[in-house]
Amino acid sequence: MRLPSTPTGRARRAVALFAAAALATGAAGCAESERSSDSSSGSGGSGGSFVFAGSAEPVTLDPFYASDGESFRVARQIFEGLVGTKPGTADPAPLLAESWERSEDGLTTTFKLREGVKFSDGTNFNAEAVCFNFERWYNTPPGIAQSEDLSYYYGKTFRGFAKGKNTDGIYKSCEVKGELEAVITLTDPFAGFIAALSLPAFAMQSPTALDKYSVPAGKDPRKGEYANEFPTGTGPFVLGSWDKGSKVTLDRNDDYWGEKAKVDQAIVVAIADPGARRDALISGDVDGFDLVGPADISTLEDEGMTIADRDAFNVLYLGFNQAVKPLDDLKVREAIAHAVNKEEVVSASLPEGTEPATQFMPDLVNSYSEDVTTYEYDPELAKQMLADAGQSDLTLEFNYPTEISRPYMPSPEATFNVLRSQLRAVGITIKPTADQWEDYLGVTTGTAKHGIHLLGWTGDYNDADNFLGVFFGTKTQEWGFDNPELFDALKEARGLSTVDEQVTAYKKISEDVMEFLPGIPLASPVPSLAFAPGVQGYEPSPVQDEVWSGVTVEN
Amino acid sequence: MLRFALRRLALLVPVLFGLSVLLFVWIRVLPGDPARSLLGERATPAGIKQIRELYGFDKPLLEQYWAYLGQLVRLDFGSSIRDGRPVTETFFEQFPATVELALFAILFAVVLGIPLGYAAARRRGEAVDGVVITGSLLGVVVPVFFLAILLKLVFAIQLDWFPTSSRQDPRIDATHITNFYVLDGLLTREFDASWDALVHLVLPAVALGTIPLAIIVRITRASVSEVLNEDYVRTADAKGLHPPVVRRRHVLRNAMLPVLTTIGLQVGLLLSGAVLTETVFSFNGIGSYLFDAISQRDYPVLQGYILFIALIYSLVNLAVDLGYGLFDPRVRVS
Repeated sequence: MRLPSTPTGRARRAVALFAAAALATGAAGCAESERSSDSSSGSGGSGGSFVFAGSAEPVTLDPFYASDGESFRVARQIFEGLVGTKPGTADPAPLLAESWERSEDGLTTTFKLREGVKFSDGTNFNAEAVCFNFERWYNTPPGIAQSEDLSYYYGKTFRGFAKGKNTDGIYKSCEVKGELEAVITLTDPFAGFIAALSLPAFAMQSPTALDKYSVPAGKDPRKGEYANEFPTGTGPFVLGSWDKGSKVTLDRNDDYWGEKAKVDQAIVVAIADPGARRDALISGDVDGFDLVGPADISTLEDEGMTIADRDAFNVLYLGFNQAVKPLDDLKVREAIAHAVNKEEVVSASLPEGTEPATQFMPDLVNSYSEDVTTYEYDPELAKQMLADAGQSDLTLEFNYPTEISRPYMPSPEATFNVLRSQLRAVGITIKPTADQWEDYLGVTTGTAKHGIHLLGWTGDYNDADNFLGVFFGTKTQEWGFDNPELFDALKEARGLSTVDEQVTAYKKISEDVMEFLPGIPLASPVPSLAFAPGVQGYEPSPVQDEVWSGVTVEN
Repeated sequence: MLRFALRRLALLVPVLFGLSVLLFVWIRVLPGDPARSLLGERATPAGIKQIRELYGFDKPLLEQYWAYLGQLVRLDFGSSIRDGRPVTETFFEQFPATVELALFAILFAVVLGIPLGYAAARRRGEAVDGVVITGSLLGVVVPVFFLAILLKLVFAIQLDWFPTSSRQDPRIDATHITNFYVLDGLLTREFDASWDALVHLVLPAVALGTIPLAIIVRITRASVSEVLNEDYVRTADAKGLHPPVVRRRHVLRNAMLPVLTTIGLQVGLLLSGAVLTETVFSFNGIGSYLFDAISQRDYPVLQGYILFIALIYSLVNLAVDLGYGLFDPRVRVS
């Protein structure tokens, strides 16, 4: 056991003595300490510890059954996939697979695996392990394990399982071609296949450990020993302990195949409130935290903390519900687009460094188009267009969420206020409808009873389908339109066999979407992380592929 | 005594049954949908349907309730729909944190409140009385949430005397046996861990204990003032009994009955206050978990936790009723 012996810690304990002693009268037995002489620095050992605060506890440490950022944050330290990302980008890069080759029809991919990699239980990582993982995903048992909150990413990417309600998946087989060569065959082409494999859900897990701690089919796989005590991967850290409700302790994997972690331990704690995370960093309780509130950035900088921005991989938009008249009229939608001053929305309600958006994806996505139709801020033109459309006295319901902060929408109330004044300025009467997040989602995505609304999305991997397909792949109550041409184009683009073909197709779709104008892409807000001054070597990633092996902490 | 306790325990059954019905309906009347909350902004209708079917939310309310009641009879409180963990497991894992916090809060309130109330009563109308009364009035009116933030801002952030959050420094590799961190440190002789947990308790306990402190001060003052005027106290003084004996055996003991009742009633206040205090200090007890469960519409957790809290509240009140007998033989129950 170690206590941090920073000057702050010592002073704090000394000053706290009196008050704590007053409270401790009932537990007077603790006055005597036999270990006081050996309480050493919390960063003892060669590399010390790195304490990071997330917003919640991980749901599970078996990343295949996770879809939340906090589970993935821990999983990225323990596990690695065949495919990673180039540092600081969303582009796929070799990781456990040194290279891959795709057949012309896009159905077969041959992975050449890295040599000399072992799982942390000492077993070899090889082609058999790769096929074991692919087969495990495909054979996910029906029931709770196949539900959307557990195997979400497999369902979205591979679109079906071996058994159960949905067997129309695109996975066909995995073949072991040698110790270090595995061939994956799909039933339909999927150009985003390689990029999708960079998701932590598709990390390689030890077949031996999975077998040893297997969960019976039909049971919740998140409850098993594997997901709580023995998650086994090839990453730079191994699970030390998961002290539920308190922290996850990760120990350095001394047998890691790559550059070994510089810190001895990485500790992840959950602090739900953004303000509490800020306070914990300033007072030295943690070394870094995620999801910095835009309003806290200047305070943190004044306190000498370091702010690191991720490149934005998200988009915030003002959506139109075309089921409500006159939002079904393109002229009205265009008029509203001309009434919105995105620069002002960004400067008044979004973090510094945020760029206005021109389309429904950030510029890091490979299919980002430079040729989309844009709608310049021109309130006079907006008024004229509304008059031409016979909507000079337009009244619109404006739905927005309260008490929520999303990476793409850090302060919805502030964004709403800016937009409301801009829309009022062109003569539109706004009827505000504010709801708490869960209710808001219910109203805007589950019913037709809403008007214009704020929403967005943070992408998972570099594939336009992850944005355009998610938003407009099918008829939804959120948008209220039925556009079979658009739905078909997206379906077709998804099934193209090469990335080049797909990029061309998605660029065209993005351009078409901006003419159809289902909503106004507002901006891609920059998410920020904050660190204590002594923290070095943290590389922010737009898709949060942040592995802490290079992090050092100086007290 | 035993019959009284058993009768009270038996009465708990219909009380908890009624509460389970009310809770079940109330939670489902709340706007919001657990399936949508679980799946987030890109939930598909098929995904929502699947979750509803999986957890039985698609069935008629009565059918859902009967299934839930069937579970309850087998002492199965279900599992969180958020993380799949059994409600009983998470409750008993987190409950020690809340109990530890509540105990230290009530300890703070009692250790300071009774002497202050007593001093105010003995010096009624003097400056001490005025200060104590004004202070206790302030203590009652300051909301827990506000006080918690204020304490944190001043003593944790500005002065840096105490930590801002959590139950223990995450860098400490402490052994946890009972999940009462202070006690665990003592049991395992990891005294620095115990001390650290204690330091982490100070601000939350003071925030949570301030309202009970103010109430205890006022009740003690009123009760002691009344007893001081009783004939038997005058008689004892007149007999020439040693004053400390008069104070301890005749004044304090008799004045303690209403104070004891008040302390018992504070348990409910402490448990509800803990939700706010734990949230402000990221203190991982039942409060912060319950808070998340409310915002995420985690029905099984909400139902299970509130039932547990009601049961504990009832048991503490029973213990207080039984405790009267220790102070006043006249109310000893048979």
